[in-house]
Amino acid sequence: MTADASRGAAAPPELVQLLTPEGERVEHPDYDIDLKPEEVRSLYRDLVLVRRIDLEAVALQRQGELGIWASLLGQEAAQIGSGRALTDADMAFPTYREHGVAWCRDVDPVKLLGLFRGVNHGGWDPKEHNFHLYTIVIGSQTLHAVGYAMGVQRDDAPSATIAYFGDGATSQGDVNESFIWASVFNAPIVFFCQNNQWAISEPLEKQTRIPLYRRASGFGFPGIRVDGNDVFACLAVTRQALKNAREGQGPTLIEAYTYRMGAHTTTDDPTRYRVASELEAWKLKDPIERVKSYLFKNELADQAFFDSVEAEADQLGADLRRRCLAMPDPGPLDIFDHVYAEPHPLIDEERAQFAAYLEGFEQR
Amino acid sequence: MRREFKLPDVGEGLTEAEIVRWHVKEGDAVKVNQIVVEIETAKSIVELPIPWDGVVAGLMAEAGQTVDVGVAIIAVDTAEEGGAPAQGPAGQAASGADEAPGRGEALADDMVPRPPAEGAVEPGVHGSPAPKEERQAVLVGYGVKTGATKRRPRKSSPATTPAAQAAPTRPPVVLPAPAATPGRVAVLAKPPVRKLARDLGVDLTTLTGSGPQGTITRDDVHAAARSSQPAAPAGERATTRTAGREERIPIKGVRKMTAQAMVASAFTAPHVTEFLQVDVTETMAAVRRLRELPDFAEVKVSPLLLVAKAVLVAARRHPMINSAWDEQAQEIVVKHYVNLGIAAATPRGLVVPNVKDAHELPLPELARRLTELAETARAGRAQPADMAGGTFTITNVGVFGVDAGTPILNPGEAAILAFGQVRDMPWVVDGELAVRKVTTLALSFDHRIVDGEQGSLFLRDVGAMLEDPLRMLAWN
Repeated sequence: MTADASRGAAAPPELVQLLTPEGERVEHPDYDIDLKPEEVRSLYRDLVLVRRIDLEAVALQRQGELGIWASLLGQEAAQIGSGRALTDADMAFPTYREHGVAWCRDVDPVKLLGLFRGVNHGGWDPKEHNFHLYTIVIGSQTLHAVGYAMGVQRDDAPSATIAYFGDGATSQGDVNESFIWASVFNAPIVFFCQNNQWAISEPLEKQTRIPLYRRASGFGFPGIRVDGNDVFACLAVTRQALKNAREGQGPTLIEAYTYRMGAHTTTDDPTRYRVASELEAWKLKDPIERVKSYLFKNELADQAFFDSVEAEADQLGADLRRRCLAMPDPGPLDIFDHVYAEPHPLIDEERAQFAAYLEGFEQR
Repeated sequence: MRREFKLPDVGEGLTEAEIVRWHVKEGDAVKVNQIVVEIETAKSIVELPIPWDGVVAGLMAEAGQTVDVGVAIIAVDTAEEGGAPAQGPAGQAASGADEAPGRGEALADDMVPRPPAEGAVEPGVHGSPAPKEERQAVLVGYGVKTGATKRRPRKSSPATTPAAQAAPTRPPVVLPAPAATPGRVAVLAKPPVRKLARDLGVDLTTLTGSGPQGTITRDDVHAAARSSQPAAPAGERATTRTAGREERIPIKGVRKMTAQAMVASAFTAPHVTEFLQVDVTETMAAVRRLRELPDFAEVKVSPLLLVAKAVLVAARRHPMINSAWDEQAQEIVVKHYVNLGIAAATPRGLVVPNVKDAHELPLPELARRLTELAETARAGRAQPADMAGGTFTITNVGVFGVDAGTPILNPGEAAILAFGQVRDMPWVVDGELAVRKVTTLALSFDHRIVDGEQGSLFLRDVGAMLEDPLRMLAWN
């Protein structure tokens, strides 16, 4: 037997893949997709732009402008593929790393930075984008998502719910409980697990004895492993799973098999627990490069197109930086504003007390 | 205008970082997000990008220097006009009071009522007030302020307004400073200070802390270390100094790590070294033949490859060679896998990255990994995880043109093999004198685990396989 340094690089045969790392289109009997050239170009643009947003955020953190940042580097295809599969009526529940899905839900990227800059507790209206606020607690959003899906089910609305989480979260009780509820109530939900191989410093093999997607069968719903670095496959598989959910066929677990190319967050140093060869092996499976070579080889895009996306990305990065630095700080009394939806006498009293306290200082 | 980039807190609550390497120098043009410096924090090595376009006006900290968060480390002349000061949370950490009103950071200071008088203490704080210019302690959060905390003064008689009465104004609790209390049990010192004391051999219980609430500071430890050792410890010196006919090089980085590992190994594991001269003429021929095989077309085949293979085969026959001494558990850990370390001389010093699970690799793959390992190490890109978890080491001293040495064990391993140079030597073959390719193998082993018999058998097996590589097949 040969040990492979790149953890799990030898993918099992069940992996759904429609675009190889070399940019070759391959067929799959169950999941296929017919994308027009402009759709492929649009996906490519999404991938490049979200990577740029992510890079800018990492740089801003390194310059002391953000307290922390969780990079999505390497997971762009999983997020864009699944994010673009959503319809406007579908609802998404993210972790704290779904910057690519946020992009697909039209959340202004600068709004993602507010939480990490410490100037707000959320940043966007979940109802406006059908994209819930970031959840820092590991896995708890899967329960919220199942509850939401059960509500949709009772309203008989034509909408599916998608819950995002990582490989580490599958060890949480919340996630397993949500699987049970979703299964028993046949809730219209897609569990989208980005298996990026590492739960901070804990490798996957310390968390599971079987491939994660196979856990679904124990709960009584289908599980599928998809090449998480293949945006076509992620789009096709998620689209089908969402459709099944909307048509009353219940939940699906999608395991997007991918790799976290960067640190868990900017506070983490992966070189302490990962070997260099593993990273090198995954670099060859880059989610953006394969779409680029597909476009190039099939003459679906020329150099001018790639240059224009690059230029757009740079402009987006510069604009994001400028607007991040210009984000206003919250006033000290804002803390009282969102405790209750309606006016509340005790809060009003506390607000007045605090205002008077602040008044007690001399002005500078 | 000139802007100064202050050392940010890159890891949620860090207070300082060491400058590892500058990527730019004075006069260099820089662009937004260009990496200008590598720093090492308690958590990681991090590259810092500069937030502006411009020209480097000056570096304000040297490589090797430890800098507090919030201190300016580089100045950049930017093309912008105007006198607005450089903004950012890093800046606030240094001088909260200088920031625009309304910033959360500055306000946090204001939440604490003003100390009633000099000499008394703040509510909830035990001990005397912190001396000026001392670091202010925080519980959690992003960074620590240096310098005295500045607060806006309260209006003259806050107690007259009813609202202010509602604000928390507990009476101050005055306690004697613990530092002055004899016979105190607990030592107050932060973990980095405790580590420093351990490194310098200072007993914290013998010190009187000069920090807030009697905590022992870095300076206290350094002072104690100086008084016990008249020669200044090298740890304090961050830069190389040349004075007259001597040069003093600070002990840090890989040199420091190597020294600690070697001392730990040499003085815990009783070393025994055995030597064996081996006729490797057949091995050299095998190397040539392997190079011609298509399987090895893409990889580098060297005598080291066959030495490595011989070690892997022999280790399976003599498992104690590939084991570790667990002092704490009072157990010997016999490993059923080999993470084969190769000592590599790099520009940064000696590093020993290892090939993980080398025992499972087919020969071409082993060759590829050995080459990759050496290249990564020489380029200075070997990562801590590449170096961790080794179970047996080979040191190829032959590349330096010597025959043998008495290698010191890589800590945590039971044996190490030195592979000397291969050279033409007079050798007796079938009773006749002949010129043969000969090398010397030197095996050091931990005598706590491995006895002379086991060590000798292992070394003899490795030698036998190199004398006749066919044995590798027979014993594999």
